[in-house]
Amino acid sequence: MNEYKLQEEIERYLNGEMSPAELKQFELLRKENTTVDAKINEHKDFTKLLKQYSDRLALEGRLNAIHDEIDVHTLAEELMVHPSWVVRLWRNHHSKISVAASVTIFAILSVMFLTGKMTNQDSQYIALRREVGNLKNKTDKINQKLSQNNKNEKFSSVEKFRGTGFAITSNGLIATNYHVINGADSVYVQNSAGRSFKAKVLYTEPASDIAILKIVDTAFRNLGAIPYTFKKTESDLAESVYTYGYPQDAPHFDDGKLTSEVGLNGDSLDYQVSVSVNAGNSGSPLMDSKGNVIGIVQAKQTQLEGVHFAIKTSYLLDAIHNIPADSLTRKINLNTKNTLAGLSLVQQVKKLNNYVFIVKVYQ
Amino acid sequence: MNKELKDSIPTDSEVILGILNNSESVLKRMYVAYFPMILQLIINNNGTADDAKDIYQEAVIILYNKIKAGDFELSSKLKTFIYSVCRRLWLKRLSHMSRFGGDIRDFHDHMHVEDEVEKQGEMDIQFSKMESALQLLGEPCKTIMEDFYIHNLSMQDICEKFGYTNADNAKTQKYKCLQRLKKLFFQ
Repeated sequence: MNEYKLQEEIERYLNGEMSPAELKQFELLRKENTTVDAKINEHKDFTKLLKQYSDRLALEGRLNAIHDEIDVHTLAEELMVHPSWVVRLWRNHHSKISVAASVTIFAILSVMFLTGKMTNQDSQYIALRREVGNLKNKTDKINQKLSQNNKNEKFSSVEKFRGTGFAITSNGLIATNYHVINGADSVYVQNSAGRSFKAKVLYTEPASDIAILKIVDTAFRNLGAIPYTFKKTESDLAESVYTYGYPQDAPHFDDGKLTSEVGLNGDSLDYQVSVSVNAGNSGSPLMDSKGNVIGIVQAKQTQLEGVHFAIKTSYLLDAIHNIPADSLTRKINLNTKNTLAGLSLVQQVKKLNNYVFIVKVYQ
Repeated sequence: MNKELKDSIPTDSEVILGILNNSESVLKRMYVAYFPMILQLIINNNGTADDAKDIYQEAVIILYNKIKAGDFELSSKLKTFIYSVCRRLWLKRLSHMSRFGGDIRDFHDHMHVEDEVEKQGEMDIQFSKMESALQLLGEPCKTIMEDFYIHNLSMQDICEKFGYTNADNAKTQKYKCLQRLKKLFFQ
């Protein structure tokens, strides 16, 4: 049976056009011959697909006809969700906005990096110290102008830096901060009456930021008994404290509380106090209410309000103890009799007046 | 039939019965009733009105065939079924065009219809193969095939229509055409 003949038979078979006898014979053939069976199935599927395909085309035609009657444009206008202008702006320009944002972030980060805002805490402390120095420079410039106007001023040249110092002995030993006199060519101290005396740096302890000066001026007379004593033990939190110093030409008083027994980053060298101090206050005595010196005003934290530091007296006492014996004419006898103890704050400060000096530094 | 009735949404069982009875008006009412829902879905998810038409018609065809095949169970609302199929088809289309941002704005509830969509996808591939095979076949074979296998014309009618001298010639021609079509389709 050739292909053509077989094909015809298959079609007749599938269309049910065969006589019962033919049908029986053909089904027998189909059962025996698997290739014939496969051919039948293939033809059946193929013609079915052809039919389905045409049905699909017809249905699509019907749907298209229906669709053409719908006013799609008006419907679309109605159904479009109109997002807010922010969302539309974002959808239309999100790539541009993203680029702009990244550039901005990069720029901010670079600026922060270059200006040192991103460096760690340690260097922040150094920056802080420099900040204090800058402030001092500014006030010093004002002080320079003021002192130039002062007809009584003995010196033709003007000092470069200023701080405060206070007497530790009646024969003219003055305590101040090392950073006040650091790099000095010559140092003068000026008392409350406006008299200046030449002084020399007797001893320094840079690690604890302490310097001891000695007045070497021949015009200097003995100060008389020191009214305050030096407290050896640590003072307690919340104790009332005050300072007396020279942030400007006139003496300046301020008081507050002892707020922490440790300084910046837990530094045990310092107290933190809520006394507001300014440039020029460096080296001022920090007094408690009983007339004891408990510290030396040192620095302040520029980024935090009301955070100021003072070196504990114990470090001052250590420094005094460490002064080499050969640089002294006689042994240091620290005052042990406190004459401020029973006095009111006003009286205490009045007495203190004679023993606190402006330290003037020339370079 | 007044306009009011024509535009009203047919009930789900009305649609099923209508399609089984080849009712043109029910098909039309259903088509008109649910198209806005799909248009809304597509145009608010990066598509155009033409995309909406394509997707919607594909979904209607799936529904139509399912009803005709008798295996459409009214387990969910017709509306949900159509919406879900369109949503699935559109997600497929979007990812195919790499325009899918991973997020679709939904307007209605939807259900899982992956199987239906998958089946339809296979059929579509077969149909597009058939379409291109018929295109390549050319005339008069294409018309002979259509007349005989689709429109069920007899060999005698075809013989007269194409002016063959006798039915045997027509049969031989038809046989050759079918062999060529199969060859084109299966290659």
